[in-house]
Amino acid sequence: MNALRLPLSAWIGLCGIAVFAFCALFAPLISPHAPDAVMGGVWQAPDRTYLLGLDNLGRDLMSRMIYGARTTLAVALTATVAAFVMGVVLSFLAAACGGIVDMVLSRINDVMMSLPTLIFALVVLAILPQNVFVLISVMAVLGATRVFRLGRAVAMDIAVMEYTEAARLRGEGVWWIVRREFLPNTLSPLLAEFGLRFSFAVLFLSTLSFLGLGIQPPAADWGGMVKENKDGIIFGVSAALIPGGAIAVLTICVNLVTDWILRRTSSLKGGRGDA
Amino acid sequence: MYPLILRRILLSVALLFAVSVLIFLGLNALPGDFAATYLGQSATPQAIANMRAELGLDQPATLRYAEWLWGAVRGDFGNSWASGGSITAQIGARLGNTLFLAAVAAVVAVPLAIALGMISVLYRNRWPDRLISVVSLTAISLPEFFVGYLLVLVFSVRLGVSTFPSTVYEGMDFWQRLSAVLLPAATLVFGIFAHMMRMTRAAILQVMTSPYMETAELKGVPALAAIWRHAAPNALAPIINVVALNLAYLVVGVVVVEVVFVYPGMGQYMVDAVTLRDMPVVQACGLVFSAIFIFLNMLADILSIMVNPKMRHPR
Amino acid sequence: MPELLEIRDLRISATTYPPGGRPLQVTIVEGISFDLARGKVLGLIGESGAGKSTIGLSSMAYGRGDIRITGGSVRLEGKELLSASPREIRRIRGARVCYVAQSAAAAFNPAHRLMRQVIEASVRHRLMTEAEARARAVELFRTLGLPDPETFGDRYPHQVSGGQLQRAMTAMALCPRPELIVFDEPTTALDVTTQLDVLAAIKHAIRETGVAALYISHDLAVVAQVADDILVLRHGKMVEMGPVGQVIRDPHAAYTRDLLDAQETGKPETAANAETVLKAEGVRAGYGSGPDVVCDISFALPRGQTLAIVGESGSGKSSLARVLTGLLPARAGKITFAGTALPPRLGQRNRDTLRRMQLIYQIADTALNPRQTVGEIIGRPLAFYGGLRGKAGRARVVELLEQIEMGEQFIDRYPAELSGGQKQRVAIARALAAEPEVILCDEPTSALDPLVAKGVLELLLKLQREKALSYVFITHDIAIVRAIADSVAVMRNGKMVRYGPRSTVLAPPFDDYTDLLLKSVPQMQPGWLETAIAGRKLAAAGN
Repeated sequence: MNALRLPLSAWIGLCGIAVFAFCALFAPLISPHAPDAVMGGVWQAPDRTYLLGLDNLGRDLMSRMIYGARTTLAVALTATVAAFVMGVVLSFLAAACGGIVDMVLSRINDVMMSLPTLIFALVVLAILPQNVFVLISVMAVLGATRVFRLGRAVAMDIAVMEYTEAARLRGEGVWWIVRREFLPNTLSPLLAEFGLRFSFAVLFLSTLSFLGLGIQPPAADWGGMVKENKDGIIFGVSAALIPGGAIAVLTICVNLVTDWILRRTSSLKGGRGDA
Repeated sequence: MYPLILRRILLSVALLFAVSVLIFLGLNALPGDFAATYLGQSATPQAIANMRAELGLDQPATLRYAEWLWGAVRGDFGNSWASGGSITAQIGARLGNTLFLAAVAAVVAVPLAIALGMISVLYRNRWPDRLISVVSLTAISLPEFFVGYLLVLVFSVRLGVSTFPSTVYEGMDFWQRLSAVLLPAATLVFGIFAHMMRMTRAAILQVMTSPYMETAELKGVPALAAIWRHAAPNALAPIINVVALNLAYLVVGVVVVEVVFVYPGMGQYMVDAVTLRDMPVVQACGLVFSAIFIFLNMLADILSIMVNPKMRHPR
Repeated sequence: MPELLEIRDLRISATTYPPGGRPLQVTIVEGISFDLARGKVLGLIGESGAGKSTIGLSSMAYGRGDIRITGGSVRLEGKELLSASPREIRRIRGARVCYVAQSAAAAFNPAHRLMRQVIEASVRHRLMTEAEARARAVELFRTLGLPDPETFGDRYPHQVSGGQLQRAMTAMALCPRPELIVFDEPTTALDVTTQLDVLAAIKHAIRETGVAALYISHDLAVVAQVADDILVLRHGKMVEMGPVGQVIRDPHAAYTRDLLDAQETGKPETAANAETVLKAEGVRAGYGSGPDVVCDISFALPRGQTLAIVGESGSGKSSLARVLTGLLPARAGKITFAGTALPPRLGQRNRDTLRRMQLIYQIADTALNPRQTVGEIIGRPLAFYGGLRGKAGRARVVELLEQIEMGEQFIDRYPAELSGGQKQRVAIARALAAEPEVILCDEPTSALDPLVAKGVLELLLKLQREKALSYVFITHDIAIVRAIADSVAVMRNGKMVRYGPRSTVLAPPFDDYTDLLLKSVPQMQPGWLETAIAGRKLAAAGN
C-alpha cells in the first residue's frame, strides 16, 4: 500500500488499538495489583490506589481490566485468525475449482449461515465442555461462514476475469491461481473483513461471557466482568459499565480503521470512494 | 415469478429440516454425554445409567430424532428436564412476549433507519451525513448489555422513570406492557438501527447514481420529483431486503436484551436452559429461533422478487 | 438572427483524484467554437477521450459527475445557458433540447413502462396533454419502425430488444418537438445489421421533423450518412470542421486523413500451399444440457495464414473459440492440431499442447492481472513453459517487448499505467512468449479506437510474416476481415453459412445472410444509407 495518508479517524482508531494491545502484551508488567487479590470492600469507590475502584468481590478493577484485555484480545484474535484461515482457504478453493466443489461447499455454508450465530453457539455450548479451546473453535467455525461468503464473492469477481482464464488456459494449477491471481487482488477487502470479524469476535465473546457461557471464572474477560458486576446497577454502582465501555471503545477503534480500509478499497478500484 | 417464489419457500423448508437435523443429531454426535453433563461432575455411573434410561437416551438417535421431529411438527416439544413441565406451554407464553418486544423495537427502528438513510444521502458528505455516520459507527460498536445497563442506570436508577427489571405478566393491558418494554426496546433499537441505516444509505446511493437518474435530470425533472418517481420504486426492493434481513438479526439481539432486563421471553428461557443443560428446552428454543430467522430471510428474498419489475413482468 | 446553437471558446474541466494526493482540476476540452443552424445535423467525430460526449452534454448545460464547464459561452437561440438559473435550464431540458444516450438499456428506468417514460418530459413541461402525448408517441413509434406501435409503450424496458430500446429513446427525445437533439453514439452498442435499421430510422425521423441534431460517434462512415457538417475532435480540441462531403473527399488536417485511412486496408492474397495446422471436422458443442450453440463446424487452417470467423452477437463465434481452447468440450466432431487429434477438454491436454495454442482477448483491461507488472505477465509463460527465469528470462522479456514495439522501460510498469493499445500489445507479447503455432484472437481490436486498432492489426500481420504464425481471428467487422484474412467463415446461429478463401467469400453471388452483413457496413459515400434501406425493402418485398 502506498501513500499512507490517514484521516484523523483512522489515526484515533490505530492509537486506541495500540493502547489495548500494549495492555494485553505487557499486563503483568503494568498491572498495579494482582487481578485475583481481594483488596478491600465490595464496590469500593475509586481513589488514588484503586483508580477504577473495586469490584463485586473487592478486587481491583483496574488490574482486572488490564488482564481482561489480555484474555479478550487473545481469544478474539485467535478465533478470528482461525476463522479467517478456514474461510479464505475454503472460499478461494470453491471459486477456483468451481463446479461440484463450489456447489457442495456453498450449500454447506448456506445451511450453517441459516442458524443465527448466538443461537447456534448457545445450542452447541450447552453440550460441549466449557473450556477455551471449545470456545475458540465454536467462534472460529461461525466466523468462517461469514468469511467464506465474502471470500467467495470477492474471489468469484476475480475468477471470471479473463486473466484468470488465461492462467487456466496456460495449464496453471489451482494453487498457483489462488496464490498469484486471487490473493493480490483481494487483499484490501479481505483486510477490511478481518477488522470486521475481529470486532464482531470481541462483541460475541463478551456476550457469551456475559451470559455465563464464555470464559469461566476465575479467569476474566471483559464480558465476564460485566456479568460479575451487573447486580450493582440497581444500586447505582456503575462498575459494570467500565468493562462494557472498554469493549465499546475497542470496537469503535477497530471499526474506524476498517472503515478507512473500505474507503481506500473503493478508491483503489478507480472509484471516488466517498460512498 | 410464482415458480421462483415456490422454489424459495421449498428451499426454506429444506433448510429448516437441515437445521433440525443439525440441532438434534449433530448435537448427539458431539462429545459429551447428556446425562453425565446434566448430572454434573459428582454423578455416580449408576445415577448416570438411571438418568439415561429415564430420559430415554438409550434408544437409537435416529429414532429419537424422528419422534422429536414428529412432535415438533405437531407443536409438542416434550417436557423440560429441569421442571418436568410442558415445554410447549412455556414457549407459548414466552414467545408472545419476545415477539411483542421485537415488534415494538422494529416499529421504531425501521422508519428511523430509512429516514436517516435518506437524509444522509441527500446531504451526502456534508455535516448531517458525517454526524449520522459517526453516531451509527458508535451504535454498532456498543454491545447490547452495555447500552442496556447504561439506560437502566440513567433512567431507572438515577431518574426513576422506568421500572427494572422489566416484568410483564398476564392481565397487563397494552399500555402497561408498552411502558414495561420501553427500555429493552430502546436498547434493541440502538443495536439494529445503525446497520439498517448504513445498508439503506448504500442501497439508495446505488440507485441515485444509476444512469436513469441522469436521464430524468436531462429531461428537466426537478430533483425531488426524480427521487420520488424514479429512485424510490427502484430502491424499494433493496430496502425491503435490508429491513427483513435486519429483523432476522433482531432475533439474536433479543436474547441478550431479555437477560439484561430479566424479561420473561424466549431468550431468557433459552439461556437459563443452557446454563442448566436442560437439553430438550435448548433444542426446542433453538429450533423456534432458527425457524423465525429462516422465515424472515425467506420473506426478504420473496419480497425482493415481488418488487422487482423484471420478475413481475418477464419477457 | 442568432443561430440555434452558438458555442464560443468552450472550456470544460474535470476533477481527478490521484491516489494519495489532493484532487486535481484537469482541462479536458478547450477552445471549442461552432454554430448549429436550425434543422441541420452536425457530426462530432473523435476517438474515445476526445470530449465529444462532454461537448454534446454541454449544449444542455450539463456536466456528468465531476465535469464542469469552466469557460466560454453556450447560447441557445441567443440565450446564454451558462448563466441561466437552474429553473430556466430545467425548462429547456426535455423540452427544447433532448438527449439520446449511448446505452438506452441503462438509460430507461426498469420500474416504469416505456410509454410513461417516453411522454414524461412532454407532459411535465406542459407542452401537450397526456392524451396528445400518447398519440404523438404512438406516431413516433410507427415512424421509427417499432413493432405494434399501439401497444409497444405498454412494455417494460427489459421486455424489448436493444435496438428497439434505442428507437424508443429516440421517440422519447422527439416527443416534445424539441429544437435540438443530442445523439450520443446511439448505434455503437448495436449489431451491424440492427445498426442499419436504427440509423435509417433516426435519419428519417430527423428529416421528417426538421429537428437540428448533434450526432456524436467515433465511426466516420456512420456520421457521413447522417450529418450535414462534421467537426473532428482530438484530445478536447477542434481539428477540422466543414461540410461532410468536403471533409471526406478533401480533408485538411493530417489527423483527419489518418482517420479516413484507417477505414480501409487490404491484405494481399497469399499462396495457400502450406500444411494444415488446425483442422475442425463436424464440431458440435453446447452449454450444459442446452441446445447446440456451435453446429457442424468444419474448417482447415493452413500454417502461416489467417482464418477470419465473422458473425454478429449470438452467432456462436466466441463459443467456437472456447471449444478450440478446450474450455467448452465439443459434443461431437474432431479437432486436429498439427496432425494430432486434440482432446476435447482442457484438463486432458498436456502442457506442450497448451503452449502451442494461445488466446488473445477482446478487452485487455480484464485480460491482464492489475497486480502484476508487465515483466511478470510476460515472464510467467517463459518460466512456466520454458523454465526461463532470472537474467535469461528478463533478457527474453526485453526481446519480446521490442517485438511488440514497446521498450524496456515498460518492464516494471503496471497495466493501469498503460493505454488500451499498449495493454493489448502486452497481451500479444504474453501469447508470443509461449512460442505458439496458433493464436486465437477473440475480437482483439473491437474495443480500441480505429487508429490504435490499425496499429495492433499491423503488428499482428508483421508477426505473422516473421514467425509463420497462424491466426483464427474472430470479428464482427468486415473491414478487419478485408485487412487480415486469407480465408473467411461466416457464422450465423451457430452454423457456418459460408466458408472459403477471402476473395471467394467476399465476392458475389452471396447467400442471403452474408449479403445482409456486407450491405450493413456503413460506407462513406453519400446516399449509401438510402440505397441500403431501399435494397432491404426490395428484398423483403420480394420474399
